Amino acid sequence: MADPYTTLGVPRDASQDAIRDAYRKSAKQHHPDLNPGNAKAEETFKAVSAANSILSDPEKRGKFDRGEIDASGQEQAPGESYRDHAEGESGRRYSRTGPQSGGWSDADFGDIFNSVFGEGRQTDDDRQSHGRDERYALSIAFLDAVNGATRRLTLPDGRTLDVKIPPGTTDGQTLRLRGLGGPGRNGGPAGDALIEVHVAEHRHFRRDGQDIRLALPVSLSEAVLGGSIEVPTPGGPVSMRVPPRADSRTELRLRGRGVPAHDGLAAGDLYAKLNVVLGAPDEALEEFLRNWKPKNAIDPRLDMREQP
Amino acid sequence: MIGVDVVIARISGLKRQDLERWISNAWVRPDKSAGDYAFREIDVARARLILEMRDEIEINEDALPVVLSLLDQLYDLRRQMRDLNNAFMQVVPSDARKELAAHLTMHSSRAQI
Repeated sequence: MADPYTTLGVPRDASQDAIRDAYRKSAKQHHPDLNPGNAKAEETFKAVSAANSILSDPEKRGKFDRGEIDASGQEQAPGESYRDHAEGESGRRYSRTGPQSGGWSDADFGDIFNSVFGEGRQTDDDRQSHGRDERYALSIAFLDAVNGATRRLTLPDGRTLDVKIPPGTTDGQTLRLRGLGGPGRNGGPAGDALIEVHVAEHRHFRRDGQDIRLALPVSLSEAVLGGSIEVPTPGGPVSMRVPPRADSRTELRLRGRGVPAHDGLAAGDLYAKLNVVLGAPDEALEEFLRNWKPKNAIDPRLDMREQP
Repeated sequence: MIGVDVVIARISGLKRQDLERWISNAWVRPDKSAGDYAFREIDVARARLILEMRDEIEINEDALPVVLSLLDQLYDLRRQMRDLNNAFMQVVPSDARKELAAHLTMHSSRAQI
């Protein structure tokens, strides 16, 4: 890898300010998000960023100068680039004509054919090449993500993709559908469709890794006396025994009723935290409580007291 | 779900009040879910780009909307170019594509004279 001083075009005794200025000057010119499709700018920017990451840090710069580290191995992992998102379908989110607009208007045709049809020149050879990967975003329901489902995604060009969502899919996960991206050139293989999945929140369930958490309302008598109740789970309702003398915040576990087993992970559990709901107390309860002398009176707000 | 805290943790040097101002300026446009912001990867990448443009490329925030508007137009055009290119690959036979390319090359070299 090139010497970072050469890459940034600064002398070895350059001040930190001079290094920062040299980096900024180059970033202005070569930032790849401002030069999309320009591979040379991207290469230059990567080299300049790597050089800057050594020289902008006086400690690393000292190590490099003393020969303790070399210029390689310092190359930064390429950050998330805006252009990868902006050039794909997900980029329509920031379209000047609004995020919903797909397809083409008459004005678009005029603009393209009159002025900027330059990229057509890329067709000027018989070389095979791989189609580009297309990025899409798909919002799905919570339970579809947990249990798995198949959802149809309609592309802006009218094609539809049946996206198989595997069980245990997490929010923000990207699914890769091989061969469903842009067409290859001259018989080359098609690119992939990359689908960024967004999982909606559920009214009751909350995901915690492989486990599911749930606030479960119970009546006063169910909590105090215990009994069998029906509990919703991602796989459908199951019955569960509430032990006698349970309370709000008592947590009960239903083994194996969380996220189903997938990808070598065992099925998770469902944790139901009880929440005692009084509903509308009647006269009998009021009468009982007025006369009730608890054997073990408690202070329910003990935890809230300020510590001295 | 990617919330404001996750974005701030993922982008080093990003301050909460900057991100909130960019959202209220509609430079970054996350979804709203139950009163909280829900970001997509493109929103995170865009926030990172805005921070780089301001701090490294030294475009001050007064000028940023102009640059963002031009960038959005550029990427709109590039998506259209790509659609067009894909359509040509599927619809236009290879011979016609070559003819078209030759025509475009001729046209552009004439323009240089």
